[in-house]
Amino acid sequence: MAVTGAPAGFELRRIWSDERARSALFQILVVLGLALLVAFFVANTIANLQARGLEPGFGFFGDQAFFDINQKLIDYSSQSTFGRALVVGLLNTLLVSALGIIAATVIGFLAGILRLSNNWLVGRLIGVYVEFTRNVPVLLQIIFWWSILTGLPKVADSVSLGGALFLNNRGVRMPAPILENGFGWVAIFFVLGIVAALIVGRWAHRRHMATGQPFPMLWVGLGLVIVPTLIVYFALGQPLDWDVPERTRFNFRGGFNVTPELVALWWALSTYTGAFISEIVRAGILSVSKGQSEAAHALGLRPGLTMRKIIIPQALRVIIPPLTSQYLNLTKNSSLAIAIGYQDFVSIGNTVLNQSGQAIEVVAIWMVVYLSLSLGTSAFMNWYNSHIALVER
Amino acid sequence: MTSQPFFRQQSELLPERAPPAATTGVIGWMRANLFSGWLSTILTLAGLYILWLIIPGLLDWAFFDADFQGDDRFACTSSGACWAWFDQRIDQFLYGFYPSEQTWRVDIALLLLVPALAPVLFDKMPGAKRLRWFSLAYPVVATFLLIGGFGLEEVPTNKFGGFMLNVTVGLAGIVLSLPVGIVLALGRRSRMPIVRALSVAFIEVFRGVPLITLLFVAAILLPIFLPPSFSLDLVIRVIVVVTAFASAYMAEVIRGGLQAVPRGQYEAAAALGLGYWKMMGLIVLPQALKISIPGIVNTFIGLFKDTTLVIVIGLFDVLNIGRTMVSNPDWLGLAVETQVFISLFFFIVCFSMSRYSVHLERRLDTTKR
Repeated sequence: MAVTGAPAGFELRRIWSDERARSALFQILVVLGLALLVAFFVANTIANLQARGLEPGFGFFGDQAFFDINQKLIDYSSQSTFGRALVVGLLNTLLVSALGIIAATVIGFLAGILRLSNNWLVGRLIGVYVEFTRNVPVLLQIIFWWSILTGLPKVADSVSLGGALFLNNRGVRMPAPILENGFGWVAIFFVLGIVAALIVGRWAHRRHMATGQPFPMLWVGLGLVIVPTLIVYFALGQPLDWDVPERTRFNFRGGFNVTPELVALWWALSTYTGAFISEIVRAGILSVSKGQSEAAHALGLRPGLTMRKIIIPQALRVIIPPLTSQYLNLTKNSSLAIAIGYQDFVSIGNTVLNQSGQAIEVVAIWMVVYLSLSLGTSAFMNWYNSHIALVER
Repeated sequence: MTSQPFFRQQSELLPERAPPAATTGVIGWMRANLFSGWLSTILTLAGLYILWLIIPGLLDWAFFDADFQGDDRFACTSSGACWAWFDQRIDQFLYGFYPSEQTWRVDIALLLLVPALAPVLFDKMPGAKRLRWFSLAYPVVATFLLIGGFGLEEVPTNKFGGFMLNVTVGLAGIVLSLPVGIVLALGRRSRMPIVRALSVAFIEVFRGVPLITLLFVAAILLPIFLPPSFSLDLVIRVIVVVTAFASAYMAEVIRGGLQAVPRGQYEAAAALGLGYWKMMGLIVLPQALKISIPGIVNTFIGLFKDTTLVIVIGLFDVLNIGRTMVSNPDWLGLAVETQVFISLFFFIVCFSMSRYSVHLERRLDTTKR
């Protein structure tokens, strides 16, 4: 109470020497500075947009796009809207990312395990692959594979792989599956098999936990999925046919074509990310201390079982978090598609931007979409980490 | 008591046994490392087959069947690669459109990088303390050398190109992102909620979006955000967004370093009566930054590779110079040759840096395996 009526300088000094007051003051200054900066940008933007005669807003999504997209998963024509064009692009991004993630995982795990094998030659070869792909820009690799693919012979002189796959400068011609009557039943039995395998798996896990008796889950599960599906497939007279491409004079009849852009982008992203994943896998396996495998051997577990029951579960704990961030990197790197003309989300967004002039909106859409992908992934990672922590106790 | 002797009586010599399989020497090594089991043998044979498929063809293409001399692609008549462009175009690959009588400035800037980097990377070097002042001054010196002014002929940044552009953008990005990254990392660990939230938002946004979208921001949006009277060169705008992008990654690397500094260090500093800035500046950050160097080097490798993305906004980095050259009728269709050359350059730079970072990690890792 003695401070009432104290000179103003004393008040200021008291604020300065009180940590809470100081940090409040500092934060107020930060917010003020940021607000000023944003106000400056907004004022400039409004002035610049008016000077260019552009109206901000997302109304242009409904306008006609007037451009074609040759790689599309849903119906689209040049009469469709900008909004639909962006959806086509997003689906293309997701397509190449999903294909790339699958391939990169396979390549990465194979390479990571092979590099740890005690075979000297194989270890070295994998090492060369990993170091070379990791240390060269992925954009360069994408362009490299694309120029290799577009440098292939013309359609008339396609290179044939086993008589069913054809490589030429317009991409890869593949057999197309034809679903005939009754294929739905096969699919239904396939899904039912997976459900049954999951149920049996839970039961086997509970029994294993309670009694310690192991259960040959892998074989039973595979049997549950494959055997009924195959029986139904043959019982209904093999309702799946392949439309194998046939050479005609100048082109192919049948089959479907995968563009060189998609193949190059997919292959480059898979090998590039695969190299990173192989290092993650290797580090994960090496992170399990030697005592674990020695203890398992001392308990009489055979090497295969040691790997499956002791090493891999512990290694996965180390592997999964960086693995998800590699998946995210692959998805983000798929935006490099624009350099070779694969029409992904960024590439189509760029076309929309050029046609409509709505730069701010398009860039905002890009950022929102990629941010939600990455925030979704990190949410999954946090969930996974807490899940692991629970198991660990 | 009929006792049987526990040894067998031997009346004749046993047959000789084969000598043991070699466990030493070349054969022993091959047995252990190449043919230790049927799986290993298959893998070895497969590996040899792949080598036999690739190596001779590659050598023929790159050297034995290749052409090295000539004025255009028609001079290349053999079946292998055509390296004839190298003599004529190497300057463009290295310096872009930098005036040819001024390229010595780029060379000097690159040479000065050695004494600037050495004391940072090798702290046991004699005289490192004094050279560090030069490291601090280097960005200013290099900028002066590259852009000019004060008596040197001015070179506008739109003449920057080739490897020189990649190196400039990469180095500028990493050097400028270091202080920003430190501030962001401290902000993310700050007790002030608004500062922390802003830092987290900045870091997550810039880490979450592809660099390519940020480059579009530099090319298209920054001019809209800034007053028309205030125009920045495209290269400068690219460096600004690349810095923002790199500082988000840098912040995470440094945060890792900050977390690795033992709590006792913070507590001891506080017990000595040091305030926040002195505690951070004198005690915590020097230790944290030292631990973070491998991460910083890795961030730089990633950033340096990503500088090739500037081709999507039309800058002439080395990749674009190569692409432009092979669309010239004289050198049409030599895409693979230029790409191999550029990859080798990136590989050499990035691989040596990653080896260095691995070496540092080993040295810093004091836990016994």
